[in-house]
Amino acid sequence: MTSPASTDLAPPQLSAGPRPAQGPAADEGLARRLRALACTAPLHDLDARKANLAGEYTVYAMAEVALAAIDLVTLHMDFDTGADHDQVVARLLPRVAAQAPDRPAAEHERVARWVLENLINVGSVDRGFRAVYGTFGTDGVYVRRDYDFKLVEEVPGYGGAVCLRTTDEAVNVLVGALDTDVTSAQIAAEVKLEVLISRGRLADAQLAAEQARYRTVQYAETLRRTLDATRRNVRAVDWLNGVPDMIAEALDHVADRYRHENAILTNIRKARDEAEEPEHKRRAAELVDIVKDCIRRHTQLQSRLLEAGPLFRAEQDRQAFASPTRYTGLDLYGQLVAPLLPLPVERATRVTDAFFARGTGLRTPASVRLGDLVDLLLTPPVEREHLGAEMPEPELIATPDDSRFSERQLADALALLELEHDAPRRLSGLLADARAAGGEDLAYLVALLAVHAASPPVGTAYRQGEERLLFAVDDGTPLDDPGFGGADLIVGTALLDAVGMAADRTEAT
Amino acid sequence: MSDNAVQHTAYSEHAEYADAWSEQESPRPQAPAPAHAAVTPADAADAARLVSFGLQPKLLPARDAEYAELLRRYREDPAFARLADAVATGLGLIVLEVSPRAGMAVTAGEDSVFAVRMGDYARRAATDSADRFLHGLAHLAVAAMAFPRPEDLADDAYIGRLTVNGVDSFVRQACLRLEQRAEEEGENTDPASDAPGLEAAWRVWSRRSTTGATKDARRLAGSTTGIVAKAVAFLTDSGFLQRTGDENGGSYRTTARYQLQVRDMAGSAALTELLDLGIVPVSDGTATLVPPPEGDDLDLVADAGLPFHA
Repeated sequence: MTSPASTDLAPPQLSAGPRPAQGPAADEGLARRLRALACTAPLHDLDARKANLAGEYTVYAMAEVALAAIDLVTLHMDFDTGADHDQVVARLLPRVAAQAPDRPAAEHERVARWVLENLINVGSVDRGFRAVYGTFGTDGVYVRRDYDFKLVEEVPGYGGAVCLRTTDEAVNVLVGALDTDVTSAQIAAEVKLEVLISRGRLADAQLAAEQARYRTVQYAETLRRTLDATRRNVRAVDWLNGVPDMIAEALDHVADRYRHENAILTNIRKARDEAEEPEHKRRAAELVDIVKDCIRRHTQLQSRLLEAGPLFRAEQDRQAFASPTRYTGLDLYGQLVAPLLPLPVERATRVTDAFFARGTGLRTPASVRLGDLVDLLLTPPVEREHLGAEMPEPELIATPDDSRFSERQLADALALLELEHDAPRRLSGLLADARAAGGEDLAYLVALLAVHAASPPVGTAYRQGEERLLFAVDDGTPLDDPGFGGADLIVGTALLDAVGMAADRTEAT
Repeated sequence: MSDNAVQHTAYSEHAEYADAWSEQESPRPQAPAPAHAAVTPADAADAARLVSFGLQPKLLPARDAEYAELLRRYREDPAFARLADAVATGLGLIVLEVSPRAGMAVTAGEDSVFAVRMGDYARRAATDSADRFLHGLAHLAVAAMAFPRPEDLADDAYIGRLTVNGVDSFVRQACLRLEQRAEEEGENTDPASDAPGLEAAWRVWSRRSTTGATKDARRLAGSTTGIVAKAVAFLTDSGFLQRTGDENGGSYRTTARYQLQVRDMAGSAALTELLDLGIVPVSDGTATLVPPPEGDDLDLVADAGLPFHA
């Protein structure tokens, strides 16, 4: 009522006029948006359905996990392979774990698997989703239509394994309006990146770089399909002009991007080294990794492009130089498959049925005797061996315990080194305590641990998300001790920001 | 020499007899030969033996001396050839070719006990129209992949090669092309919910997933690669394909029998059916997997170059 545009929104059916419904042109845009909307539905659905799962799963943000999964799969799509099932689950785990840290790891994995399986929609025979929407046809009749789509699909990978790939729909859901020219979009993203870096806005630069990488992946995927098709039939592709032009174009593109990204790389390296703020430094370092990955993908693309020429010549030899036959046969593709595919499935089935009935050859029917039949019916079914033959029980030989220190001594030593984070101690004092508590052996172990802490395993602690880390520093004071020589190390405990590190790790993946 | 001459006259007499016999339309193939000087029960038994060799499609004449000998007799002795043909016809078989390379290539007539029925082939196909179509299309696509050009189908020496994943992506490619064309024309291809039979055929294939993980690491039977794999495995059992490797879901090469079967039986039957539907695919005998028309080059970059239908 208050909106001035309300008159435009009135359903045209109600307005007096010869046109009974909105034209198909107006409806087409609506249909497109409805389809785009439908693509997001499976994600919302995850959050809606999590309540139905056996267990208390409301703490998990399923849509977030799903988007992260689509991200992971997209980034792992290469030329031949898709992403590995288990790898995707494994990489999802830190995020799932961060959502509910106090839950068991098994539950985290279950959630990750549940999300991934729902993105594939394992339960349905098509392994896809279907949304129903309605449009007005050209004749003004309202028709309900089925829209079928997939988000993550399973494709055959190397050696018969099953890999995951994200579909175009999923990439569109993920990155937004990607339905544009790949090349120009990439150029735009890269120009943006350069500007951002020159202005020092690295946070935005990282986002742009990541988007550039998505586009690179998509570009590679398009080219992969093109080359794959070329392999199949030489005559199908215009090898006189079309493909050579395209390959030259693509090679130019690779060379161009390579130069471009190397320039960016140099710039960011400079930005990384000159950056004062540690946060900037870290982001620049991440950016370096992303751009390196882009370059790697371009190199891969280039090697594929170089293979295309020899492949064409080999196929040309095989197909074109064979001696011509006296008479021509039926063109199976052109005269059967191609005219068949656009037909309604009901009618097309008649043709495929005819082909099937005469194209499968013959089977000699088994003749059954009643005696055999009784035996057959009474035979218990053979159990499928899922696990293979039984493993022989391994013979275990106890290895003699030849440890230098006992478990107890280790526990004592670690207790001694359990220092307050704001109260570091000298090694000499620790050694004296150790001698008092457990003699020369314990002192020896403490000295070893302290020396070890002089080079603390920071990387491991970061990866494993530990909260405390023992370290030792040499400040030049000599150690005055009857058993040991060298520097009187300062031994202390550093507190680590476990939550922050976990967040970083998920970002980094 | 003289012996041979005598034998020859004997068989030519028999030839006349067999001619009259088949015209009477009462072939009683395995019945003992009627009392005639030239046709002995032994001849009939040999003819039936040759047909029984033909019923074992994976048996190669080169590997079996008796088979090779009977084939030689078929080719050199017209009377014996007629007898063997009559035996085959009586059993409801159609003789495609008898040659050392293909052996006694016979195939089942439409109502023969040897015919393969869709319902026996795949249980789901009997009830689910989409599955029925997919199985049929898989067989057609395997043939189209095996003999991509008309020359290949006509050339007796041609050996086609195909892989399971290759067949699937070939069909997907064709479907993708149609999808794009429909998109370019602004056509809405989503089928009406209440008329699934009117869905365009290509959509059924592109909708079905390519593959899928299963609990016991077998191929997902309902996926398109599963359906193609079933087709090629079945054709291998029919002696039409030979497995050559495991790459790309399994690679195969064609046999002479498959070429005969597709060329003389299946292709023309499907074409007839298509003509009945009012679709007249015109061909001047050149390949239709051809480059796109001038000015259509942009499609090449946007998507794979195959298959183009001029």
